[in-house]
Amino acid sequence: MTFDAEVASDADGKSDVDAKSFAGVNGGSGADVLFDVQELRKYFPVPRGVFGRSVGQVRAVDGVSFRLHRGETLGLVGESGCGKSTTGRAILHLIEPTSGRLVYDRQDLAELDRAQIREFRRRAQIVFQDPFGSLNPRMTVGGMLSEVLKVHRIGETGADRSGRVQELLEMVGLHAEHAGRYPHEFSGGQRQRIGIARALAVEPEFIVCDEPVSALDVSVQAQVINLLRDLQKDLGLTYLFIAHDLAVVEYVSDRVAVMYLGKIVEMAEAEELYGNPLHPYTRALLSAAPDRDLKAGPRRERIRLSGDVPSPIRPPSGCPFFARCPHPGKDEECETASPLLEEKGPNHVAACCKDPLPRDGG
Amino acid sequence: MTDRRRVILSALLPGFPQLAAGRWGGGGLSLTVWLAFVGLLLTRWARFAAGWGGPLDHKIASLTVVAGLIGAWGWSLYDVSNPGGVKQSGVSQWSLAARAFRKNRIAVAGVLVVVWVYLIALVTPLIAPHDPAAQASLLTARMVGPGGEFVLGTDDLARDVLSRILYGARISLSIGFVAVGISVTIGTLVGAVSGYLGGWVDTVLMRFVDMVISFPRLVLLISLSALFDTNSILMITVVLGFTQWPGTARVVRGDVLSLREREFIEASRALGFSRRRIILRHVIPNVLSSVIVVATLAIGNVIVLEAGLSFLGLGLLPPTPSWGSMVAGGRDQLLGAWWMSTFPGLAIVLTVVAFNLAGEGLRDALDPRLRT
Amino acid sequence: MTTRPDLLVVTDLRTHFTTEVGVARAVDGVSFQVGMGETLGIVGESGCGKTVTALSILQLIPSPPGEILKGSSILFDGEELLKAAPARLREIRGNDISMIFQEPMTSLNPVLKVGHQIEEALRLHRGLSKSEARSAGVALLAEVGISDPEERYDCYPHHLSGGMLQRIMIAIALSCEPRVLIADEPTTALDVTVQAQILDLLAKLQDRHGMALLLITHDLGVIAEVCDRVVVMYGGQIVETGTTQDILTRPEHPYTQGLLASLPGSGDRDVRLNPIPGTVPSPVNWPAGCRFRDRCPVAEERCAESVPELLPLSEETTRLARCWRVGSIGGPVEGST
Ligand SMILES: Nc1ncnc2c1ncn2[C@@H]1O[C@H](COP(=O)(O)OP(=O)(O)O)[C@@H](O)[C@H]1O
Ligand SMILES: Nc1ncnc2c1ncn2[C@@H]1O[C@H](COP(=O)(O)OP(=O)(O)O)[C@@H](O)[C@H]1O
Ligand SMILES: [Mg+2]
Ligand SMILES: [Mg+2]
Repeated sequence: MTFDAEVASDADGKSDVDAKSFAGVNGGSGADVLFDVQELRKYFPVPRGVFGRSVGQVRAVDGVSFRLHRGETLGLVGESGCGKSTTGRAILHLIEPTSGRLVYDRQDLAELDRAQIREFRRRAQIVFQDPFGSLNPRMTVGGMLSEVLKVHRIGETGADRSGRVQELLEMVGLHAEHAGRYPHEFSGGQRQRIGIARALAVEPEFIVCDEPVSALDVSVQAQVINLLRDLQKDLGLTYLFIAHDLAVVEYVSDRVAVMYLGKIVEMAEAEELYGNPLHPYTRALLSAAPDRDLKAGPRRERIRLSGDVPSPIRPPSGCPFFARCPHPGKDEECETASPLLEEKGPNHVAACCKDPLPRDGG
Repeated sequence: MTDRRRVILSALLPGFPQLAAGRWGGGGLSLTVWLAFVGLLLTRWARFAAGWGGPLDHKIASLTVVAGLIGAWGWSLYDVSNPGGVKQSGVSQWSLAARAFRKNRIAVAGVLVVVWVYLIALVTPLIAPHDPAAQASLLTARMVGPGGEFVLGTDDLARDVLSRILYGARISLSIGFVAVGISVTIGTLVGAVSGYLGGWVDTVLMRFVDMVISFPRLVLLISLSALFDTNSILMITVVLGFTQWPGTARVVRGDVLSLREREFIEASRALGFSRRRIILRHVIPNVLSSVIVVATLAIGNVIVLEAGLSFLGLGLLPPTPSWGSMVAGGRDQLLGAWWMSTFPGLAIVLTVVAFNLAGEGLRDALDPRLRT
Repeated sequence: MTTRPDLLVVTDLRTHFTTEVGVARAVDGVSFQVGMGETLGIVGESGCGKTVTALSILQLIPSPPGEILKGSSILFDGEELLKAAPARLREIRGNDISMIFQEPMTSLNPVLKVGHQIEEALRLHRGLSKSEARSAGVALLAEVGISDPEERYDCYPHHLSGGMLQRIMIAIALSCEPRVLIADEPTTALDVTVQAQILDLLAKLQDRHGMALLLITHDLGVIAEVCDRVVVMYGGQIVETGTTQDILTRPEHPYTQGLLASLPGSGDRDVRLNPIPGTVPSPVNWPAGCRFRDRCPVAEERCAESVPELLPLSEETTRLARCWRVGSIGGPVEGST
């Protein structure tokens, strides 16, 4: 692997974690690392076949490594089923990873005891995609929020807590009187705000946003994006922002990682990734996104992928993208050897063994 | 002005203003309760007064009358003086379901019948014309047809059929109620734990459920009756309760399996809530609607089962006046004294149909797919 | 733009629903035309009445609670569909106008092989024999870009991916060689890469068969890719219409401008997005006057008083907008974009 030793060492070897760590891409290499995800894997057993034998495993996440720095937003894009949500849930220990190391603020999550896990739950939160499924239909909004406060012993008295509930609601752009209402009395965008308020109730520093705007109309989507960005600025939050809308990810993220079939195939700073994509998959993805910008003149040549994403149950042995790869130079090496993420530019890694083709302008 | 008149009207005839406004569920119930119980007081004052010093069931009967009157009167007055209208916000799924339920006239009728059957069972000591066990003269009053002194006739032992049906209602209904109470509690807990925890816990519990289901209840009852005295209300209730729960467990488990995938459960885990809290506060309230439906339908089912067991001679035995054993007792006399089996049979049908109508109505009203 | 003979002419379409809380005016006076070989896009947020418009054209509105009001007119090739007999309607639905929906998963019968479902359509509409239908069906699958069509023909829906199922839906819709294809958010449930394939496919098929395409979407990007003209809907009404180029580069109605401003995209990450505030109100109580008024950044008093009409912006009649501030007198709204 060609990860430069500097990156790993400039966290000045405070712990063995850093010394051993797999660097990934680090925007501003001196920045304070909040979350270090190393070689994360999550395999799901495939439900048994008709004759009771195990058919295999779904390699939902297959060796994902990245670092999150305090205050930044890392975008995670890819087609559905490529393992984005599984990554988000596994790093929060909502599902047990099959293997890999998760180091949050210098603490290995695998070594935490119950009290420390609880503490971790206060610091790292998640916001979900589905505005209908993510709120308990039988509880009022105020009930939901004050339950969180009660469980985490935030606020001494009931009055403290209802004051805090009010604050939280106002923070996400709702009103104090909304506290008495039930989820079904809100629109999709409002429910998403409630979900954000619930995550904020424990005053976290890190939030996994799992497609938080994908189910919303464009205007409401923009409102929620603005809210998330304002909160990040005001509260100094760190986000892992999962989405499949490339434009949204470009807009909110400092750095972007592209996933394909359980692996990160390219990662770079947002401008660099969108301006100079190196992996053939990233290029195909970017060129598939519909182009609204009619002013920009004629569209550049399209790259069209054929077929669908292969099954993660029997992933190809070599490059996962081999079957659909439009790169003219692809050969047996691609088919047999799985490429690793390599540094291809400043803070820009990609997993492709071929040199990127020059891009036709436009 | 009209308000005042409505208040006065509801003080005199509770439920009437509501009935006039087309709300015949609540209005009909309180008006009928009021009229019936006032009538009861007027005609059976002596028995009512004696109730306070009598045996427990007699005390309860008198208490029921007082409570029913106060309830009907109080509800109607409160309702008239607080014209709340339809709340626009802060409306829970439960109140939405209640709104939907009220529109279903057949189901509301089912609930009315159910409530009335229970009320009658409670006040039986006050209204039963005869002692259910007392035999009139075997020479003159054996198998007398309906009408006359014995409204629904007498049986082959010259006992009053009506009184026996009334007392039988108490037995059938309490067995139904308590047995379903037991089965729903066990079923909900087993289903919720099994569905939520999954893994080997689920496997073990579900295999146990399969075992209980596949174990023939008749065999169980026969063996139990060899061991103990099954001719006891407690025994048959417990046996029915402890064999009825697997159905509830399966329904609840299915619900929980889909709930578990819902993001709000995952959010609760991300917020560090304990499993106990998640199951009790987030999972169970969301399966409660299915449980209510299952329970309502199960009461009818248990009543039929008890009747069936008693009919076969495996449940309550004569002279305990159970509906099932009454049908059984009359089966040899069907040509000579058709009333002996027919009336208790009708009582079973009426009650069970009412429970089923109410249950179906609840199912429709509580169906979450109709709302989000 | 060349003028094409209008194949489908919708005039003053009003579809209302009776609900518990009142009458939902889901579609309330919508008029547009689609010509042969043309692609008309209908765009707007959810709840604006796009789907109801499409279903009304085929008269697939559940009734009750729905009702297409008198005075509405839907002319297909000169024939009034709202007055057509049920038998004639079925014929038109089968042979002349087809529709594909957003959710390919739920539009197919899960217990029948996909080939069977295509065959059914072919035998019904083209009167083919069983063996003819099979070869025609396999050919159709190939035409919509399914690899190994022979093999896929005998698959059940759950064995196929969303993109493939949508192709099959398109194949079924095309089985009768329709002259109008209505596609209601055909790519919303799909990934961008697959969306691009499906849009390419629709464009190719349209070229080949010369059918009119009515494409419903909430994604302005999709509009930009494939549509010739666009209808922007809000509150059950058309608020603006024009060529795709015009709508996307020179939007006149504040709603269209707001939709475009809500999109992240052209560049600057430090600029806050400028979304339309609030949400689409319930169709039971649209605001009086202009329906967009309470979300509109430039609303004035007269917007609350009377309803603006959909007026031509200039001599050319294809460019219309429903706003007091634009139109023949006013001139475009200054400010955004
Ligand atoms: N609980 C699970 N059991 C089995 N397979 C799963 C489970 N969760 C996700 N998967 C599989 O893992 C893969 C990745 O899923 P996911 O992370 O949800 O993708 P994304 O969020 O990128 O759409 C998919 O193939 C999915 O079918
Ligand atoms: N069957 C129905 N009953 C009552 N209201 C309906 C029905 N179908 C649609 N509507 C209402 O019509 C409005 C427009 O719906 P629709 O055309 O589906 O919107 P879109 O497709 O633009 O998202 C919605 O507000 C919806 O509530
Ligand atoms: Mg996901
Ligand atoms: Mg729609």
